[in-house]
Amino acid sequence: MEHSMAHKHVVILSALFLGFASSCLAAGSEVHIEDVSFSFEGPFGTFDQQQLQRGLVVYQEVCAACHGLRYVPFRTLGDEGGVGLSANAVKAFASNFEIFDAELDDFRPAIPTDHFPENDSVGAPDLSLMTKARAGFHGPAGTGLAQLLRGSGGPEYLASILVNYTGEEKEEAGSILYENTAFSGGWLSMAPPLSDGLVEYADGSPNSAHDLAMDVTAFLTWAAEPKMMVRKRMGLTAVALLILLSVLLYLTNKRLWAPIKNQRET
Amino acid sequence: MAGIPHDRYEPKSGMERWLHRRLPIVSLLYDTLMIPTPRNLNWMWIWGIVLTFCLVHQIVTGIVLAMHYTPHADMAFASIEHIMRNVNSGWALRYLHTNGASLFFLAAYFHLFRGLYYGSYKEPREITWIIGMLIYVLMMATAFMGYVLPWGQMSFWAATVISGLFGAIPGIGDTIQTWLLGGPAVDNATLNRFFSLHYLLPFVIAGLVVVHIWAFHTTGNNNPTGVEVRRTSRAEVDRDTVPFWPYFVIKDLFALAVILTVFFAIIGFMPNYFGHPDNYIEANPLATPEHIVPEWYFLPFYAILRAFTSDVWIVQLTSFITGGIIGAKFFGVIAMFGSIFVMILVPWLDTSYVRSGRYRPMFKWWFALLVLDFIVLTWAGSRPAEGIYAIIALAGAAYWFIFFLIVLPILGVLEKPLKQPKTIEEDFRAHYPAVKDTATLSR
Amino acid sequence: MSEANQVEGTRRDFIYYATASTGAIAGGAAVWPLIDQMNPSADVQALSSIDVDVSGIDPGTQLTVKWLGKPVFIRRRTQTEIDSARGISMEDLVDTLARNGNIDREAIALDENRSLDESGEWLVMVGVCSHLGCVPLGDEAGEFGGWFCPCHGSHYDTSGRIRKGPAPENLEVPKAAFIDESTIRLG
Repeated sequence: MEHSMAHKHVVILSALFLGFASSCLAAGSEVHIEDVSFSFEGPFGTFDQQQLQRGLVVYQEVCAACHGLRYVPFRTLGDEGGVGLSANAVKAFASNFEIFDAELDDFRPAIPTDHFPENDSVGAPDLSLMTKARAGFHGPAGTGLAQLLRGSGGPEYLASILVNYTGEEKEEAGSILYENTAFSGGWLSMAPPLSDGLVEYADGSPNSAHDLAMDVTAFLTWAAEPKMMVRKRMGLTAVALLILLSVLLYLTNKRLWAPIKNQRET
Repeated sequence: MAGIPHDRYEPKSGMERWLHRRLPIVSLLYDTLMIPTPRNLNWMWIWGIVLTFCLVHQIVTGIVLAMHYTPHADMAFASIEHIMRNVNSGWALRYLHTNGASLFFLAAYFHLFRGLYYGSYKEPREITWIIGMLIYVLMMATAFMGYVLPWGQMSFWAATVISGLFGAIPGIGDTIQTWLLGGPAVDNATLNRFFSLHYLLPFVIAGLVVVHIWAFHTTGNNNPTGVEVRRTSRAEVDRDTVPFWPYFVIKDLFALAVILTVFFAIIGFMPNYFGHPDNYIEANPLATPEHIVPEWYFLPFYAILRAFTSDVWIVQLTSFITGGIIGAKFFGVIAMFGSIFVMILVPWLDTSYVRSGRYRPMFKWWFALLVLDFIVLTWAGSRPAEGIYAIIALAGAAYWFIFFLIVLPILGVLEKPLKQPKTIEEDFRAHYPAVKDTATLSR
Repeated sequence: MSEANQVEGTRRDFIYYATASTGAIAGGAAVWPLIDQMNPSADVQALSSIDVDVSGIDPGTQLTVKWLGKPVFIRRRTQTEIDSARGISMEDLVDTLARNGNIDREAIALDENRSLDESGEWLVMVGVCSHLGCVPLGDEAGEFGGWFCPCHGSHYDTSGRIRKGPAPENLEVPKAAFIDESTIRLG
């Protein structure tokens, strides 16, 4: 069961290196992923803390039933630039999960230093890195360069999967498959997980299936790349410093060579 | 070191003389740094410094990553996530290291094609060229084994497929493959030895780089004209060259700063651009990804590997002659390694007595076609090996061999070269005429 | 030398210095992550402080928890143990310093200076013998009813002070505090 699931997910979308033209992939696995706008796209994009907190709730109430998040420690929910929960909130949140303690040889409520639990109950893949393990688009002209501004489409792919069920079902080899237009094979074994109003937000934020999908995708993007904000800040600083250094080196080089290039005739 | 007359280090103080008598290291560094360098070197001569930077950068980031990485099949993938999430600046170090490999190869390809165009491999620089090619082969081995270490899906299947190449050798292939992997399939033993070698080979490369520099400091640099520096007197040398420091060091550092600006933009804003999404899925020996694609820098040779299928006449002919010992699979392997081997032989395949492509009117076009071919093969290697892509890859692979084995030897005979400048000084003055009116200089 | 040449020279020097300093800044910025990566990582730092639930500890029993790779004894002492610990005169002690990370280093080894609370009910100590690093046995072990190190026979009293044997110092009291009625935070 686990392996057949894993296989299906692996088969989904294998973005080619440099994203060379997804249009050239085998025609059967062709799906169109809608480009939606997330706050974290582009060099200046940042996570929307409120959205991450909402997405955390969706993960907890819906996804966590089947999907683990094994590489994400609870304590990082308190990191700034991310979900940004208070220390007490992190502690309270962690205690909602049971984890296996090898020293106790028993289950106990999780504490902040623990990771989110693995979840193999139905063989669903772990979501820790899911938005980086998928790609949605490879443009323009297959170069993949648009990801500088729009991202690689991993989050879009996830969001699309969550809302593109047609409602059709079929039974195959003893399991029920659900039709989904964003999934490469067209049919997947995950039942439609979201519906309008499935999760109530404490602050009354909009909670249509589409909103829930966007929120949980944003949260999972953070889970996959928790250092994104500090990374972009480093990138901006480095680029600014290197541009300055380039200009200075250009001027130095020019002055250094001037007497060589303008040598007087002898 | 060099045969070109230039300033020598003179130990002045007592301390300097004391050291110089026992270990002339300052003298060695001085001679290396102050080597007379042709003043007409163009922007294609920056890649040596970029490559040196890349090697140091990869070794330094690699050493610190090894402090946190665990080379075990059960823990490797998790230890990468540990680096990305827990280690101070770990995410930056890892992204620098992975993208650093891409920069390394990009620079290596520019450097290599620069050498091909300007005839840098020709007498008396054959050893420099061959050492360079050895470095390139070791770089490929190192990069390949490094790519296996994260133990993602692409890592695992790349290791499986590439080690399968050795399995194609008739008779002893399976034995060799098993020996390489340390078992019947890619597993923990493979990961462990790849880690060991991935750590070792860069230092071998560093040693070869010293030899590479030693060799071309002995012959002197080539330059865009291919005309040698005049060596009969110091005065002539001074008119053809300038010391490497500061003139070319600063020029190269300027180029490096521009390149690093782009490099850091990639690290900051799209660090997984050169990566593959499937490598964020942990290795699973029971499920192969739909498209196994190597890193971009292997794609041209990957395309050549796949191009020679059993329906190609030369493959059928070879198979017929050898009584089936060299089938399509082995032929592809031979073709891939052969495509690199022909480059090693290029000093003897090129029969032209003119060094620089600048003065070779026919060579220019064939060379341009070779560069195009390299790009097309890169692209074809990223496509599924079917339909039109297979045909394009085959045509590209064929041209690769035609260029080196047929075009280069024949061109030297057929081509009528253009007139070359007599000296480097003449070429340099053609770009930067000497100033006649001294009054204009004071501006 | 004309004035124009001097101005030219100054400007050239300025650009050289500016380039060198910017290069040095860039180089320095690049070196720091290489050094910082060897400092404790976030997961290790997160473990430098742990909360221990002590609600299940009855008087006369102790809990051993692992903290910073070492065992920590958390003992809820009986009145007899407290009285025994507090009735000792300083002259009987081998080591007269309290060895308590929460208070002044020079404080003397009164039991009041070692117990976590004023009543002396709670005693928290790092369970590493000051002789050669073995873990002493607890639960009223040894000649003084406290702890006993089986490796080389060091006896500790009910306050974890060394009384007999080769060990030179009292058991160390780590940084610890009650954060609520039933939770002790170590570190």
